[in-house]
Amino acid sequence: MSAITRDEVAHLARLSRLALTDDELDHYATQLDAIIESVAKVAEVAAEDVPPSSHALPLKNVFRADEVRQSLTPEQALSGAPAVEDDRFRVPRILGEEA
Amino acid sequence: MTMVYDEALEKFEPVLGLETHVELGTKSKMFCGCKTAFGAPANTQVCPTCLALPGSLPVANETAIESTIRIGLALNCSIAEWCRFARKNYFYPDMPKNYQISQYDEPLCFDGYVDVEVDGRTVRIEIERVHLEEDTGKSTHVGGATGRIHGADYSIVDYNRAGIPLVEIVTKPIPGTDRMAPEVARAYVTELREIMRSLGVSDVRMEEGSLRCDVNVSLMPRGSSEWGTRTETKNVNSLRSVERAVRSEIERQAGILSEGGKIIQETRHFHEDTGTTTSGRSKEEAQDYRYFPEPDLVPIAPDPAWVAELKAALPELPSVKRKRLQSEWGLSDLDMAAMHNADAIDLVEATVAAGAPAADARKWWMGELARRANESGIALADLPITPEQIARVTELVASGALNDKLAREVLEGVLAGEGSPDEVVERRGLQIVNDEGELLVMIDEVLAANADAAEKVRSGKIAAVGALVGGVMKASRGKADAARARALILEKLGVSE
Repeated sequence: MSAITRDEVAHLARLSRLALTDDELDHYATQLDAIIESVAKVAEVAAEDVPPSSHALPLKNVFRADEVRQSLTPEQALSGAPAVEDDRFRVPRILGEEA
Repeated sequence: MTMVYDEALEKFEPVLGLETHVELGTKSKMFCGCKTAFGAPANTQVCPTCLALPGSLPVANETAIESTIRIGLALNCSIAEWCRFARKNYFYPDMPKNYQISQYDEPLCFDGYVDVEVDGRTVRIEIERVHLEEDTGKSTHVGGATGRIHGADYSIVDYNRAGIPLVEIVTKPIPGTDRMAPEVARAYVTELREIMRSLGVSDVRMEEGSLRCDVNVSLMPRGSSEWGTRTETKNVNSLRSVERAVRSEIERQAGILSEGGKIIQETRHFHEDTGTTTSGRSKEEAQDYRYFPEPDLVPIAPDPAWVAELKAALPELPSVKRKRLQSEWGLSDLDMAAMHNADAIDLVEATVAAGAPAADARKWWMGELARRANESGIALADLPITPEQIARVTELVASGALNDKLAREVLEGVLAGEGSPDEVVERRGLQIVNDEGELLVMIDEVLAANADAAEKVRSGKIAAVGALVGGVMKASRGKADAARARALILEKLGVSE
């Protein structure tokens, strides 16, 4: 029984807007399966008294004071944008024709 | 076909749910130091962090955390001892990261309640959770006929708003409101707005989007205890719209259900102009946000001593304050409710604080000023006149320098931008005529011009004096002291009462 199915990989690809070919789906499904199985080994050694951890560092409550810092200029902010209009980032149509 | 409200309520029972978003009024954004001013030129309040440029990392704004905890406490919530931010992944250009930092199964505050009053009845609204997230950027859709996302050719995005701290307050389902459902929804959002104001955590301006409301409605047949399928109506941008949106959804759903149809679980959009909702994107395909704990931010574990301190320092909450003011001002429930509905309580309170008697302050705000605000279609608080100025006008009336009619003219002048009450009195020459000589001249003229009325009074018909006093008031353009004029006329005609 594999850890991730080909269908699940196709679903994730769609959510991530990645256009994968059938060959690529097969390829990545195999690879992801191997990765998930390796990671799952951690679960085998984790005892009941070890809570799942989400952060590697034993830190909490790291805050910054509510102070204003210099922002970028619009020119700087937009300098890497593929398309700009009216000082805004221009993005392709969001909903397709079918929506 | 929609069903008329009364009939819908005979057949069905509504269940409400409200999700309210409050933009916090912090100086800087949630995870970076960019400013949060409303209406700034596009993309002038952005930096590598809120634009999600590679290598940037978020750090949480302590004031935003504090404000969220204070909101939770004011809503009688428990405060989490330990919680995390989570990534909500979705593909949409209003967030440059392709995810929004939010909270998922570990909200900062949970299990609270707020009591609202509708028609003298107290309804307890249970709060499911209060969590902290970041606001999104603002998209403008270009092309297409409607300016909406459907049919647009492309969109342009301003990220000034992206990353502003946003608190989401979610109620538990609210059954049992029956035909009061629209009013309860409105009263709840009104109460939240006042609580936010009293805490000073947000300017809660619905028209600027710093308070936004999504309204969930479902219906179940009378006698059933199984809740129906709900819809979520967005774009509800005024208190009045909250009420109308609930009502319109009840009528629409009742129509569909009574014809044997099924309600589709979906997002709907409210339209101010028609007061109705239309279908948005269907939620049939359940959203898959793939939430997971945000690895770039460490957990939050508020120190219980800090939480206790914040709780002890909470301001007097609006419902408590209303009760106190009502008893201080000696008003009936009805009068107080009317002031509450008119959003006049804070204004009257400030006017009293500026030295006016409560009855006078209330008279002006609920009378003349409410009428003018209504005529201009603006909120009472947005009239270009201050509580201090109203207090000054009441002082001038009390001292005898103005009568009510002149006071109204002074208010008109202040509203027209002619300056302070004293300046308006000066410029328009609105003092009461205190010069007895001037008054006697006017009286002589009026008596000469109204010989009939004068004769009647002389012969004992004292009631006829009203017309003569009216003549003097007219001649003085309202500036005479009517009581004094009356006494002088009677004296001149040799009549005593």
